[in-house]
Amino acid sequence: MPNKLEELLHQGPIAVNIGVADFAETLQSQGVEVVHVQWTPPAGGDPELVELLDQLL
Amino acid sequence: MVTGVVIRKNEYHDSVFLMRVAKRLSQQKGIQQAAALMGTQKNKALLEEIQVRSREISEATPSDLIVAVKADSQEALASMLEGIDRWLTIDPGSALRVDIRTLDEAVAMQPRSNLAVISVPGPFAAREARKALEQGLNVFLFSDNVPVEDEISLKEYARDHGLLVMGPDCGTAIINGKGIGFANAVRRGPIGVIGASGTGIQEFTSLVHQAGGGISQAIGIGSRDLSDAVGGISLLTALNTLDSDSQTEVITILSKPPGERTLAGLIPKMRQCQKPLVACFLGLKPGSLSADAPYKTARTLDDAAAIGIRIVTGHAPPRWDAHSPNFQKLVGREKANKNPAQRYLRGIFAGGTFCFQTQQILQDAGIVVHSNAPLHGNVKLADPMKSEEHTLVDMGTDDFTVGKPHPMIDSRLRRERILTEGQDPRVAILLLDFVLGFNASPDPADELVPAIQEAKAAATDRGGSLSVVASICGTEGDPQNFPRQVRVLEEAGVAVFPSSAQAAQFCALLAAGLSEGPHAE
Repeated sequence: MPNKLEELLHQGPIAVNIGVADFAETLQSQGVEVVHVQWTPPAGGDPELVELLDQLL
Repeated sequence: MVTGVVIRKNEYHDSVFLMRVAKRLSQQKGIQQAAALMGTQKNKALLEEIQVRSREISEATPSDLIVAVKADSQEALASMLEGIDRWLTIDPGSALRVDIRTLDEAVAMQPRSNLAVISVPGPFAAREARKALEQGLNVFLFSDNVPVEDEISLKEYARDHGLLVMGPDCGTAIINGKGIGFANAVRRGPIGVIGASGTGIQEFTSLVHQAGGGISQAIGIGSRDLSDAVGGISLLTALNTLDSDSQTEVITILSKPPGERTLAGLIPKMRQCQKPLVACFLGLKPGSLSADAPYKTARTLDDAAAIGIRIVTGHAPPRWDAHSPNFQKLVGREKANKNPAQRYLRGIFAGGTFCFQTQQILQDAGIVVHSNAPLHGNVKLADPMKSEEHTLVDMGTDDFTVGKPHPMIDSRLRRERILTEGQDPRVAILLLDFVLGFNASPDPADELVPAIQEAKAAATDRGGSLSVVASICGTEGDPQNFPRQVRVLEEAGVAVFPSSAQAAQFCALLAAGLSEGPHAE
């Protein structure tokens, strides 16, 4: 059975885009299936607090 | 002049979107300057630098949007800030849904997903990448400023689970013919490439295409993958996969020189490859590779493309000939009318790899340069904002881009630098790179031509002539209209070359003439 990387190379990308929306639009313009995530910084954008929360959860 | 600020709590937009908002705002009547930024410490410091400060700004968090506007009058300012909503709305023509908030929701909606493209700010990027890997997705990680320990742990996890991490700091990939990030429209074919540099992959794939060849897969691995800290984890995964990929006949590796331990560990793995390998380690001294290395060595990206084409077709593509009459005529044209004060070359680069490769080519020609990103043997610029003698600046580094758009998507930074260099009577040659492709500036030539013309006119007024030399990386399938980009530059008197290496070799000839010629001091 092909691994997930081989699957990606043979089928082409089926993408989840997290961040810059332009990247999703460019993929879409090439006929790639893409879902864009409207990302927002977790924990008010405080990386230390994020790490703390990740440890707790 | 009046200044106004709007803060929108918990409203996040990506940096490219905000760059576009700021650009549109500053083009409106009565508006002198506009900034649209998230409230990070770096961005707040940037506002402080342009004398925009308030209690609300200092209290803003990285989740809060700050829009700051300097206007001619109170009326212009008020009308801009009152109507701010319409500038912050995502393009209504976009087919993207905007109601999906998490990776889990996205995967639930599209269960066949096989790749996460991640470009969130560095401190949060590893967290999103880890979630994607745990969902069984390969990762294209565009974000930079990801700690190296995170890079190692992500890549080890991916390797152990049959996945690949491209990045962090990965600008380009072409997977099964689809460009990801900054990529060019190239035909498919039997040449596979694995690259630690985005612009390196762009140039290589474009040159292969221009020579009639095609690309099976172009896999980015991130700028640090071949360092001894990371040890080439993604390179090895990509190498094994391309070696067993039926569409790939030759594999090219593009990188700065690998760490010594990494290279020693890679050699036996490379020997096991069934397919021919080509390695272009930019910046490596000639002769520093052992003769029995299990790969063919390319000194430049152009060489790498030519070797790949020769392996798959049996024929070398036509090469650039520095002795051809046309070329010599061009050298003659550009050497004419220099005034005695004009001594130096100034390279202003959008692509870091082009800056690096140009230094190697100039060094091979015996020319030492100053740079903010110097190759071994060159001199580090004391101040990246100020050129000294021969200078090559990589304008895509943090020296220039903190809180400002990368020169590949917006030419403002380079325009300002061209104008500055144009004021320096010692400058004889300006060298520029133009990078086309998906997500790059829609019209880089048009954006820079007015500054080029102004710099040329200033040199003429001083009784000299400014040579402007450019390379264009891209293909006729790119959205920017390649032939038009060439035409616009040539009409502005620019000597245009189809690759950065050729432009650099041309500059080496011109610059050598300056120091040896009758005008030397």
